[in-house]
Amino acid sequence: MVRKVIEKFEVEYLQVMDEQGNVDNSLMPKISDEQVKWMYETMVLSRTFDDKAFNLQRQGRIGTYIQFKGQEGSQIGAMAALEDKDWLFPMYRSGAALIARKTPLHQLLLYSGGDERGLLCSKDINNFPIAIPVGTQNLHAAGCAMASRFKGEKTVSLVFMGDGATSKMDFLTGMNFAGVFKAPCIFVCENNQFAISVSRKIQTAAETIAQKSIAFGFKGMQVDGNDVFAMYKAVSEAVENARNGNGPALIEAYTYRMCDHSTSDDASKYRDPKEMEEWKAKDPIDRLEKYMRNKGLLDDSYRAKVAEDAKNKVEAAVEEYEKTPAPNPEDMFTYMFAEMPLQLKEQLEEYRRLK
Amino acid sequence: MVKATIVQAVNMALDLELGRDRNVVVMGEDVGVNGGVFRATDGLQKKHGKERVIDTPLSEEAIIGTAVGMAVNGMRPVAEIQFSGFVYSGFDQLFSHAARIRNRSRGRFSVPLVVRTPAGAGIRALELHCEQGEAFFAHAVGLKMVIPSTPYDAKGLLLAAIRDPDPVIFYEPMRLYRAIKEDIPEDDYTVPIGKARIAQQGDDLTVISWGALSKFTLDAIQNNKVNAEVIDLRSIYPWDSEAVLNSVKKTGRAVIVHEAPRTSGFGAEIAATIAERAMLELEAPVVRVTGYDTAVPFARTEMEYVPSEKRIMDGVNKVLKF
Ligand SMILES: Cc1ncc(C[n+]2csc(CCOP(=O)(O)OP(=O)(O)O)c2C)c(N)n1
Repeated sequence: MVRKVIEKFEVEYLQVMDEQGNVDNSLMPKISDEQVKWMYETMVLSRTFDDKAFNLQRQGRIGTYIQFKGQEGSQIGAMAALEDKDWLFPMYRSGAALIARKTPLHQLLLYSGGDERGLLCSKDINNFPIAIPVGTQNLHAAGCAMASRFKGEKTVSLVFMGDGATSKMDFLTGMNFAGVFKAPCIFVCENNQFAISVSRKIQTAAETIAQKSIAFGFKGMQVDGNDVFAMYKAVSEAVENARNGNGPALIEAYTYRMCDHSTSDDASKYRDPKEMEEWKAKDPIDRLEKYMRNKGLLDDSYRAKVAEDAKNKVEAAVEEYEKTPAPNPEDMFTYMFAEMPLQLKEQLEEYRRLK
Repeated sequence: MVKATIVQAVNMALDLELGRDRNVVVMGEDVGVNGGVFRATDGLQKKHGKERVIDTPLSEEAIIGTAVGMAVNGMRPVAEIQFSGFVYSGFDQLFSHAARIRNRSRGRFSVPLVVRTPAGAGIRALELHCEQGEAFFAHAVGLKMVIPSTPYDAKGLLLAAIRDPDPVIFYEPMRLYRAIKEDIPEDDYTVPIGKARIAQQGDDLTVISWGALSKFTLDAIQNNKVNAEVIDLRSIYPWDSEAVLNSVKKTGRAVIVHEAPRTSGFGAEIAATIAERAMLELEAPVVRVTGYDTAVPFARTEMEYVPSEKRIMDGVNKVLKF
């Protein structure tokens, strides 16, 4: 008889840049000044867009909008590690990731304005449509990555989900399939501490979300999600590993939702405002700005120019959105099937007769 | 021509398509080494390889959900769900995603996926191994739903389903898996989705059925020498309302026979369509002969649930004598 420890696991945490913008050079990923600027500009653009979209909703110019304020670092850091041919499986809060992945801003407004054309994606980039049901996209990403592997292609799939989604079986079975088939799939959980009003502690008794991958046979890592460099580094390493045929990874981006859950929510009902103040001090954009100032990559005039450019782009997008003609209502029939079946043809005729 | 059962016909279709199209993969529980619990995929892994005939972990939701992702990325997965009673944990993926991704992406992405699953009672199986729920899928907009009842149709419809650019649920009538053997072509052919089969021509009434019951309905009609037009619907969505209405307009009477529970069963859709479009040609109310709104009982009682010859003839006579 014997009783002994047969397995031991460790979960790494990664932070490259602290809240004052100081980086640990031994951890700093290789990254050009151009890339740093791209990150900064994309984060500022995303934040500007997010604030504007919130106001548009309040003015009744778009419908429900889901803010991502505070999560720009984790999304844009992750996206910097992908190529266009790679696959992104976004969720409703992935606006910053979609902006980083070349989605025209007015399309995001169209989407929130109640127009399916907002989900159109150019053929030059593989952005899957936004998932509204929590967690379901994990399986699509795992399957897409399995297909890449079976076809011998070097593309990877990256999927975003929240901490709430980690309680769902599609998250767990998605990781299980990805693990078994060594699928090049990167699972990025943005742990923003809440699923609407439910705190992270109510989702799982586990100490971290990162450790959940261990049960499926691959590595998980917790990363400071408000540190764009740490996210870039962790995702880049996971992507390279996946491209080389070594299978999936889970990355828990430890972050905070610096906004309500959605424009229909009021977070003051369930969150302590002090918490928000603490997290404001960790803002991903401020932190990058401090770093860039120290490095001589940012001065007041560059900062003002980036802000001005972002504002102009967002204003142009609002204009483009508001002048977009209404969609053709017949489109509701058009895209159901490649070829319209008999029953739908009959209903389309009825629609035309009575519209 | 070669003599084949429905299981063999399914196997032939999969073999042919795996050979013809590199993007086709077969996936599911026990489909590889074991060749499927009904042997529908027997020998396929040996011939086409482990990466084309894939033994997956045990999760219906994940089989269907990953198959959706694979289909989006250019493959044509044929997923097997071992018994149709277990498909429901994957229903979310079918209803919310497979069926909607073409529409959601305005045509940029599509899901050419087939979900094969044995359905129906009558083989003395365990609980939830004998369900038939075609109406769920017909009601999940964006899915196609078919049920062959002969070896010829099984092969031809499966080939059509795999080549279809949209997701197709393919029910296999378990009770008939090995009950019929017929000559079917060894070569490639398809049976179009959305077209019914006239199993027997007749004048006095129209009897519409599908799945295993289309055989037993035809048997009942023939045993009792009724001059009925017997229609095997084959496709539940889209369905061949033209064939049904043409026949009903000719005979003036209709009976619908299905195994699934009556309330909101697909028979209701057919009856409503007949009422809307052929009311004036009807000489009698449309009658449904169906399973009850009960759980399918265990083996000792299950044949009390499935419409029997007696119940089918009761419906037929009601309509004929009205
Ligand atoms: C399957 C499902 N259940 C419930 C909802 C309603 N809902 C939308 S978002 C949400 C919370 C999700 O939280 P989390 O996964 O942590 O992501 P976050 O919104 O915080 O980014 C809920 C319950 C839904 N969209 N989908």
